[in-house]
Amino acid sequence: MAVTKPLGLLVCISLLLSALTPARAAVLPEDRADVMYHSYDGGGVKIDGPAVLVRKSVTDDVSVSAQYYVDEISGASIDVEVLASEYAEERTQYDVGADYLLNKTIISLGYSNSTENDYEADTYSLGISQDFFGDLSTLSLSFALGNDTVKKSTDPLFEEDKTTQSYQFSWTQVMTKNLLMNFIYHVITDEGYLNNPYRSYRFMNNGSVGWLTEKYPETRTSHAFAVRGRYFMPYRAAFGFEYRRFNDTWGINAYNMDLSYTHPWGEHWIFDVHYRYYSQSDADFYSDLFPSADFQNYMGRDKELSTFTNNTIGFKVSYEIDTGWSHDWLEKASVTLAWDILSLDYENFHDARRDDLPPGTEPLYNFDADVVRFFISAWF
Amino acid sequence: MLNTMPARRRIKHSHLYPLLALLGLLILSGCSPIKPWVKPYERNNLADPIMSFSMDPVEAGYMHHVYQAREAARGAEGGGGGGCGCN
Repeated sequence: MAVTKPLGLLVCISLLLSALTPARAAVLPEDRADVMYHSYDGGGVKIDGPAVLVRKSVTDDVSVSAQYYVDEISGASIDVEVLASEYAEERTQYDVGADYLLNKTIISLGYSNSTENDYEADTYSLGISQDFFGDLSTLSLSFALGNDTVKKSTDPLFEEDKTTQSYQFSWTQVMTKNLLMNFIYHVITDEGYLNNPYRSYRFMNNGSVGWLTEKYPETRTSHAFAVRGRYFMPYRAAFGFEYRRFNDTWGINAYNMDLSYTHPWGEHWIFDVHYRYYSQSDADFYSDLFPSADFQNYMGRDKELSTFTNNTIGFKVSYEIDTGWSHDWLEKASVTLAWDILSLDYENFHDARRDDLPPGTEPLYNFDADVVRFFISAWF
Repeated sequence: MLNTMPARRRIKHSHLYPLLALLGLLILSGCSPIKPWVKPYERNNLADPIMSFSMDPVEAGYMHHVYQAREAARGAEGGGGGGCGCN
């Protein structure tokens, strides 16, 4: 029942929009294939692997896509170093999707499956997008339903469920002949087991430190609003900006902003640089060190729930080859290398590896991460 | 003293005028098609691939995943997003 109502609402809105707006030619996404190697290296953890994304029109009004993605995880994060030993695991994700062009509307359907030895996630999505006001505006509505199963590799009997519902409203607007803007409002609700079953909180226990499995609320609802824009410079280059605000029922408030600059060079090169700043406050039930084991109902020590900032600077360079084979199967190809450096500074998460210091007096934790993407793209 | 309440009402009503004007505009816009203020032949710059919010969907989706795994904020990432599957 929870699914039927939003789907019905989306279909009704779509039919209403179709009836009210003048005829236009909506466009399906372009046919394209990407093969990517990705790597994340930071905080003692290395995650890398391949990703392949293929999108192809099968008829004039239907385009399908498929993605294969792997995360090979190795090393030990600070949490693991404190309480467990180094590990290696793999996450595999498959996505399939279809876009259907119906007069002035594009209807999108998607399914995603992600598998780890201790986590399984299935996500179903439906989206409706429509251009109107003489193609100057695009309204998109989307709904997704996720069913996850949380397991624990050290306990074969442990199995918990988590359900996620996501509602997104997006409005893209042509402001001038050089400025494009996009506004998004996104609500996500989770219900079920939201802990990480391996992570523990620490507490004072008669002058020494104790550790127990975290206790999280069983629901979470978050609201995110973003405004982003792209501005075409007087010469051929683009300036981009983004501002996003976030809050949730766990008491976390966050915002981020991003400034980017894209500069083509000659016929083949495209250079891109961006800077992103992210800041968040901690969750109501977060503490680096609780005064006692049963201090309150919910207790967590996940550093992602603490107060921290993330500064990111990124570079990207693409080399594009126009094959001139437009009559043949391959129109264009490109090779891209992108590198981002993340710097995370925690304001109330201490480095508990320093057991030579009294609890709570250890230095604050921080780390840098390198995120590299190398991919080859083909348009056909 | 006698004029206090009517003055307050006037102030409150004056706040409504722009809203009523906007509402009227929206109603009128429903009756006749809005003329695009950027003509189709003026959209060359907007159609340039460098103006795309997500030039490379596979890479954009991956970066959303990286940020979602490291930060509490989620959602409103724009195109190219996908399932997280991270714990």
